[in-house]
Amino acid sequence: MSEALPAQAQMTAGGAIGASSLAPDADRAKYVLRLADTSLIVAQQLGAWIGQAPALEEDLGLANIALDLLGQGRLLLAYAGELEGRGRDEDALAFLREPSEFVNVSLAEQPNGDFADTVMRQLLLDAWQIELFEALERSRDERLGQIAAKAVKETRYHLRYSGGWVVRLGDGTAESHERTQQALQRLWPYTAELFDADPLEEALAAAGIGPHPAALAAGWRARLQEVLAEATLILPPPASFRWYGKRGEHNEHLGHLLAEMQILQRTYPGAKW
Amino acid sequence: MLSLHDLGVIRSLEVEGNRVRVGVTPTYSGCPATEVIKGSIAQALRSSGFEPVEVFDVLSPAWSSADLTAEGRAKLEAYGIAPPEEPVHSVRALTGGRPRHCPQCRSADVECISEFGSTPCKALYRCRSCREPFDYFKCL
Repeated sequence: MSEALPAQAQMTAGGAIGASSLAPDADRAKYVLRLADTSLIVAQQLGAWIGQAPALEEDLGLANIALDLLGQGRLLLAYAGELEGRGRDEDALAFLREPSEFVNVSLAEQPNGDFADTVMRQLLLDAWQIELFEALERSRDERLGQIAAKAVKETRYHLRYSGGWVVRLGDGTAESHERTQQALQRLWPYTAELFDADPLEEALAAAGIGPHPAALAAGWRARLQEVLAEATLILPPPASFRWYGKRGEHNEHLGHLLAEMQILQRTYPGAKW
Repeated sequence: MLSLHDLGVIRSLEVEGNRVRVGVTPTYSGCPATEVIKGSIAQALRSSGFEPVEVFDVLSPAWSSADLTAEGRAKLEAYGIAPPEEPVHSVRALTGGRPRHCPQCRSADVECISEFGSTPCKALYRCRSCREPFDYFKCL
C-alpha cells in the first residue's frame, strides 16, 4: 500500500521532533476520542445482530468484526482518557457520557436496517478506516501509530467480509440488487463527513498527528469502486446534505443505542462482573 | 499443548533477582483471551516464587501469524487446526491465505464455510474429501 497521500508527505516532512512539539494534549484527546467513538459505536451496532443474523456464519462474522472494533475502541478510549488528564478511564468514557458528548462519525450510528444496510455501512466504513489507519501508522504520535498499525490489519479482513457480501447481494437477485443499491443511496450522504475537515483536523494534520481528511478520499473511492463495480452497483452523485457526528451533532438513533449500551452502568454505577 | 512462546505473543522478559517484567502482545485488539493470558503468566510466575511480577502490553510491532513458531504450527495441525499458510509478513497473505490441506486427512480439496470462526484468529473450513469441518488459523 504505497499510494502517496498528500497528508503523509506532510506528516513526514518535518523530520524527527520530540514529544513536546506534538499538538496540545487537549486537541489530541478530542481527535483520538473521535476515532474511538466510531469504532465503539459500530461494535455496539454489530453486536445487535448476534443471534439474529441470516445464518450462524454471519453471526460469527459480525461478532468477530464487532470484537475487533471493540478492542480498537478500548485502546483508543484509554489513550483519549490519558491525554484528557481528567481521570476518566475507558469505561467512564464509554458508559458515562451523554449522546451530545459522543463524537463518532454519523455513518457509524445509522440504523442496522436490513442485512444490506448493515454490510453496506460496514463497507463504507471499512474502506475509510483502512485509509485512515494506514495514514495514522505514520503519525508523529507514536502510541496512536501503534494502535493504527494493529487495527489496519484487522480492518483489511473486515473489508474482505463486507465487500464479499456487497458483491453477493448487489450481483444477486433483482430484489437483493435493488435493496443493496437503496442502502447505498440512503447511507451515501453520511460519507461526506468523512472527508470534510474541521479546524481540529486541520490543526492535527499540520502537526503531523493525523491525515488531512480530504487526502483519504481518493483511496477510499478506489477501494469502494472496485467492490461496487463487481457488485453491479452505481455510485450515487455527490450529496449536498451534511451532518457532522464528529462534532457531537447526532440524530435520534444514537440516543437509543447508548440507552441500551449504558443502562447497566447508569443503573448500578461501578458495577463489575 | 500450544505454549505462549509457540504462539509468539511473548515480546520481552526481564528478570532481576526475584523481580520479573513480561511484555505481551495481543493477537487481535479485542481478543478476550488477552486478559486470561496475562493473568495466567502472572500466576505462573508468582507460584514459581517471583515477586513483584509485572505483565504489560506491547502493541508494536503488531502480532502477526508469522510470529507462530515452527513447533507452534506443527502443534496446531496435530490438534486439528490448520496453521496459517505461509509465515510471511504481507498484505497479500491476509487476503489470499488459505489452508494448505485438511488437518485430518491431508486432502487439499477444502472450502471456506465462514471467514470467521469461534475466535477472532480463526476461520471455518470444510474438507470436501473427508467431509469434516475444521478451523483454520488465519493469516494476520
